[in-house]
Amino acid sequence: MSALSIKGLTKSFGPAEVICGVDLDVADNEVHAVIGPNGAGKSTFFNLLSGAFAPTSGEIYLHGDKINGLSPDKIQQRGLSRSFQVSNVFGNLSVFENLRCACFKQAHAGYVFWRPAARVREANRRAEEVLEMIGLQALRDVPAGALPYASQRALEIGMTIACDAKVVLLDEPTAGMSNTETTQAINLIRQVAEGRTLMIVEHDMGVVFELADRISVLVYGKIIATGTPEEIRNDPRVKEAYLGEEAA
Amino acid sequence: MLELVIFSTLNGVLYGLLLFMLSSGLTLIFSMMGVLNFAHASFYMLGAYFAYTLGMYTGFWPALILAPLLVGALGSLVERFGLRRVHANGHVAELLFTFGLAYVIDELVQMVWGTVAVAYREPSYMREPLFTLFGTDYSIFRGVVILISILMFIALWYLLKKTRVGMMIRAALTHGEMVGHLGHNVPRLFMGVFGFGCALAALAGVIGGPLLATEPGMAATLGPIVFVVVVVGGMGSLQGAFYASLLIGLLQTFFVAIDASLADVFNALGANLDPYGEVGRISLATLAPMTPFILLVLILIFRPRGLMGELEP
Amino acid sequence: MSQDIIAPMQRTKSRTSLRGLVAWVVFAAVLLLLPVFFQGNSTAFTLLNVIGINIVFALSYNMLLGQGGMLSFGHAVFFGLGSYAAMHAMIAIDEASYAGEGFWAHVPVLGMPLVGMIAGGLVALVLGWPFCRRAGTAFAMITLGLGEMVAAAGQMFPSLFGGEAGIYGNRMVGPQWFGLELAQSSDVYWFIAFWTFAGVFAMWAFTRTPLGRMSNAVRDNPDRLQFIGYPPRNVRFMIFIAAGSFGGLAGGMAAVNYEIITPEALGLIPSGLALLMAAVGGLGVFYGPIVGAVVVTLMNSMLSDYTDASILYVGLVFLAIVMFAPRGLGGGIEQVRVAWRDGDLGRRLPGWLSGAVAVGLIIVGLVVLIELAFQATHGSDEFAHVFGVDFDAAGPWGWLTVVVLLVAGGLIKRATNKLREDQA
Repeated sequence: MSALSIKGLTKSFGPAEVICGVDLDVADNEVHAVIGPNGAGKSTFFNLLSGAFAPTSGEIYLHGDKINGLSPDKIQQRGLSRSFQVSNVFGNLSVFENLRCACFKQAHAGYVFWRPAARVREANRRAEEVLEMIGLQALRDVPAGALPYASQRALEIGMTIACDAKVVLLDEPTAGMSNTETTQAINLIRQVAEGRTLMIVEHDMGVVFELADRISVLVYGKIIATGTPEEIRNDPRVKEAYLGEEAA
Repeated sequence: MLELVIFSTLNGVLYGLLLFMLSSGLTLIFSMMGVLNFAHASFYMLGAYFAYTLGMYTGFWPALILAPLLVGALGSLVERFGLRRVHANGHVAELLFTFGLAYVIDELVQMVWGTVAVAYREPSYMREPLFTLFGTDYSIFRGVVILISILMFIALWYLLKKTRVGMMIRAALTHGEMVGHLGHNVPRLFMGVFGFGCALAALAGVIGGPLLATEPGMAATLGPIVFVVVVVGGMGSLQGAFYASLLIGLLQTFFVAIDASLADVFNALGANLDPYGEVGRISLATLAPMTPFILLVLILIFRPRGLMGELEP
Repeated sequence: MSQDIIAPMQRTKSRTSLRGLVAWVVFAAVLLLLPVFFQGNSTAFTLLNVIGINIVFALSYNMLLGQGGMLSFGHAVFFGLGSYAAMHAMIAIDEASYAGEGFWAHVPVLGMPLVGMIAGGLVALVLGWPFCRRAGTAFAMITLGLGEMVAAAGQMFPSLFGGEAGIYGNRMVGPQWFGLELAQSSDVYWFIAFWTFAGVFAMWAFTRTPLGRMSNAVRDNPDRLQFIGYPPRNVRFMIFIAAGSFGGLAGGMAAVNYEIITPEALGLIPSGLALLMAAVGGLGVFYGPIVGAVVVTLMNSMLSDYTDASILYVGLVFLAIVMFAPRGLGGGIEQVRVAWRDGDLGRRLPGWLSGAVAVGLIIVGLVVLIELAFQATHGSDEFAHVFGVDFDAAGPWGWLTVVVLLVAGGLIKRATNKLREDQA
């Protein structure tokens, strides 16, 4: 069974159809990249998968369970977690606190008011683990809003994987990073990908071709091609989409 | 019965128009600046008191123009030297600022004009009946108030639809987040809109003062109702505020006018409520002040975005 | 929505458990030692009792605004209804002990805050769900409406709320515990002190629980919260219930202390007081509202002995804090504390001191100005003598003093700003 199965997905905002009939299957433990020119609908696509928007029509299955139309928190509970293109953390909470909050769901502890957060062992252990994984131990107690950009991006990814979701969507994880930072981010994403299904929207083709098992190309709300990096590299339709009609 | 319906409708519309004069200013300020001006009703009160004091020297009509101008200027100053400073700290800080401002204005009014109502009345010739129906007089002043309100709405409509500033304001009403891109004079626009909204509130005070009562509690009485109007109408929608104003105006007026208790109402509907019990005895008139808030709760449950609002608050 | 005013101070956390313990010991010691200083001074005890109630009330309010980012104008609903519940329970105790039987005959009045707490929590549980959909401005207006509605309803059901006159109770009924007769305000002090300590501790402990952290998270970024598995509305609802419970706790304390409660206690004025105390004290520091409650209660009670303009002063202090010190008094204290810990105090102190002098001069100038204006319109006011000088609004000297004070304050402020810029 595929980890994520999308059938006939569409989304309209008023008269404008932004996603027009996307069909896609993502296999278990696959790293699947979605690329496409600006305005192709990549972010909308992620927003539909994660429940931020409800689809106009079509179906989304997560490990065989229908998840379209569910609220984001329900979808997250079923094991799909996402990061954001613009850092989207709890600015006044410390790095560790951000991670721990992201671990509460799995520990069934978010509504607990009868014992200290420090005693929710599972959440604390997992938060420490993720903290080490994203390499922010030194910044543990710094408010997330005061972090340097790259660290905030790392924290963003950390919060996304903290809940141990089986399917993880990363929205432009390396956007705005320097070369060294990008290299570190790629290493982190590799680690994240172990034992998980990963979907990633990315503009940096170097990152995409290095990480992805398969790539889908989204243009004007439609997937025009899906395949291995090699196939995509040589696909004339992709060249056309990226370089314009004349190049075809 | 017909008499009651006609006069309650007239009075309800009158009260509704007054509410709209207040809520339109509040809505303009809110949609432009994202600030819910907690002190809005305090500016309304200042309008009444200013007109009272000015009127002693100039008479009613000049005061009708001067008081709103003065309050508008005061509002602009408040924006320029108070609100703008707080703006950087976010909407909660802005709301806190206007809350404190309302507190201070209410206190100052009590200090300057005393804690009891002042004798602010319309000129005596306006107390003559405009017409008499079923033996009840309808005073000229009430007619004048309706006329002034309608004139003001025409002016507001003209300003919004036909002028450049109005265009900018309308753009801001529909695309609030775009206000920042309007150009370099946004701070001045904010100052103007805030002053203008306060002037509208003051105008409502000038004509509302003689109608209701000019006393230090008038802001606290009307303020929450105006907020209800804005939520019920849909936050940021002028049209919604208009309908909500009329709705609440009519509702409250009819509740006051109808001489019935809850038992009468429920028993007419087939329920069996003890007319001498604590609940059954409550008259509709005593419920009148609560009607806006009951409406608010109902709207919240059944239509959270308000009558005409595009977004949930 | 920018979170600047509720942002906690940045701090690098060391192992603070020991220092935290010290703070609690000091707090308890202060509560225990206060009676020694004020022995026999019943006015002081009356005031202390009000302060205790207001501390719990302000802190419970800050659970909403400071911790959860929900600006409420209706928090007194929980305080007031908690108070009413406790009062009715007290009346039930009175009647049951008179009859000598029944459940209430065995309940001590000392436990009334718990009755208030349960009532406050239940009310929040019943009413809260529709309100918690959004935070921010919408929540503010809705709670305002709620407050007005409940206050109006309070006038409407005299058997429950006692109409305008309210309802009375007698605290010297039922079983006596710990030999506390609750006759004098100094007796009541022990009751208040205990519940203040318990309430403050419980609310502090709440901030350390997962839900307490989640409430900070929903304040900072409600949208993101959904994607870590929690609907913001649920979290807000739970905070709302918790804050309502502690508001009710304060109300229960008030019922025992005042022995009277009127529907006015449900309205906008006490709700505004909670907001005022929390904001003056500082929303981003846990102990901020405590400082705010102490300062505002003292100002309210002491100023009203001297001047009729006391409420105006409280309002102006509030405005000044919102405009010039959005982190409140607690934020200021925290800043000093952090500077002291970092060994930075010596460098920054001159700037702070001269700033304080400037603000002080401006405040004194404004006070004189207001008093003169007040005197001009209302005749003499005791406060005019407070500096040992009689100002005469008719003569020029008072007004001249105002100008001198304000100009001097302004100049020093400008010099201070420059000094700080040079340091930075």
